[in-house]
Amino acid sequence: MRIWPIVKKEMRIYFTSPVAWVIITMFLVIAGYFFYNIFAFYTLASMQSAMNPQMGRDLNVTDSVLRPLFSNVSVILLLLMPLITMRLFAEERRSGTIELLLTYPVRDGAVLVGKYLAALAVYVIMLALTLLYPAIVFYFVRLEWGPLLTGYLGLLLMGATFLAVGIFASSLTENQIVASITTFGVLLILWVIGWSAEYVGGTWGRVLSHLSLLDHFDTFARGVLDTKDVIYYVDVTIVALFLTLRSLEARRWKG
Amino acid sequence: MIDVQNLIKHYGPVTAIRDVSFSVAPGEIVGFLGPNGAGKSTTMRILSCFMPASSGRATVAGFDVFRESMAVRQRIGYVPENVPLYSEMRVATYLDFVAEVKGVGRWQRKARVAETMERCLISDVQHRVIGTLSKGYRQRVGLAQAIVSDPAVLILDEPTIGLDPKQIIEIRALIKALAGDHTVILSTHILPEVSMVCDSVIIINRGSIVAQGPIDRLVEDFFPTARVHVQIAGPPPSVRDGLARIPGVVAVHEDASADGLAGYVVESPRGRDVRGEIFQLAAQQRWELRELRRAGMTLEEVFIRIVAGEETAPETAPADAGVEVQA
Repeated sequence: MRIWPIVKKEMRIYFTSPVAWVIITMFLVIAGYFFYNIFAFYTLASMQSAMNPQMGRDLNVTDSVLRPLFSNVSVILLLLMPLITMRLFAEERRSGTIELLLTYPVRDGAVLVGKYLAALAVYVIMLALTLLYPAIVFYFVRLEWGPLLTGYLGLLLMGATFLAVGIFASSLTENQIVASITTFGVLLILWVIGWSAEYVGGTWGRVLSHLSLLDHFDTFARGVLDTKDVIYYVDVTIVALFLTLRSLEARRWKG
Repeated sequence: MIDVQNLIKHYGPVTAIRDVSFSVAPGEIVGFLGPNGAGKSTTMRILSCFMPASSGRATVAGFDVFRESMAVRQRIGYVPENVPLYSEMRVATYLDFVAEVKGVGRWQRKARVAETMERCLISDVQHRVIGTLSKGYRQRVGLAQAIVSDPAVLILDEPTIGLDPKQIIEIRALIKALAGDHTVILSTHILPEVSMVCDSVIIINRGSIVAQGPIDRLVEDFFPTARVHVQIAGPPPSVRDGLARIPGVVAVHEDASADGLAGYVVESPRGRDVRGEIFQLAAQQRWELRELRRAGMTLEEVFIRIVAGEETAPETAPADAGVEVQA
């Protein structure tokens, strides 16, 4: 399997065009702004609780800084991740380069995995840069490492799922905007689908709640590592990648 | 090297190619000729393993394009129509990627890429981003990516389209230089190009092959006789009679010309030039000789007659000697 050359090629395209730079920069600016607000609020609350010990009982870094930070970051990801994956197949199709790529001695699966890994690498770089925020927190207060780790693992898994959905959408069209809007729409619906679980109730309610991207992430942010949630993200990722492979195949037959 | 049998491809209700069969010998350059939409690109896409045929069989270097697709892809270099390239990548990086993906070993890669760029005359732009290159350079980069792994078979879909005359000559020279160690199949609708570059030709129209074989053979079969165009201002019946009486003349047709003067096409066996005699005849009879020229017996004429005139093989054509002319 010649996956590595594909990964390298995609990474080169990400970073010679401004796409990756812009996405990473915007992500860090927005995430930094949220972090600043959350941390400033926490500082204020700490100062107030110094005068009022009753209040200080409920104050801890995990719940007041990390958890809101993670949930804010996950919303930013919802908006930005479709932009990472939108060009992967759509642009190759539009410019016709797919015709060359798919006649090189590489299997469709290797092309797909290579592209997916490249997108994942961009995401990991993006995520790794946000480690600065916990580092700043750590400079001032003692951190709980467990929730920090599970939180990042949750972000990683959720992001991986977003990317898989995005790459599938990108394989369906030759228009990058269509690909990104479709991805965003699908992700948003999966995000909020749990909201209706309460009214539906019963078995269907549980099904809807299980489908929700958000509900599964919340446990990670709280510091809970539940196999159910890990399996959910891995499942969705695999299904999306499998569908992408089929869509590539179908396109070949259609010509 | 390339063997195609009864290939058929449907796009939904549209049949792009029907029952296409041909074969190409190793080291040969074959021109794939046809008007736009005749099925040239479809055939090439099937040969390059980009898409499967609806039915029929195609093998490249002995491997089936559908069942042993990886083995075929390893042995071909393909340049699609319009040469799609990654506009964000740099020339040298791009060629390195192609070489790597086609399995050129890490240690030979640098040398191979450099050599290929040298050969395709693109060394001077190797650090430029492909998107900023001119059409001529892009075309050469396209050719470079096809030959970088030194494949046995090259499939070139309209390699000179959109180039200026100087660039066309350069690309043609490059393709000719590739012959010998590579088997080349190139499609085009520029006819002189085929005569200049190719050994033999396959003419395809509306999805079917209408003629194939070495170029001289094809021309000979279509024009078994030499033709001379004459315009003589004289009484038509006696002019025709006079022309027909010239020794060696096989047939005389009338051919009205634009200025209303009677023109004639005189056919004689190949190798027999009757122009001198026609002049003598006109001089003798004191007819005014307005025009006297050999009618083209080029591939172009063959192509136009087949494709535009929907004509198939003339009855006189011998059906042997490696030249098939199909209905």
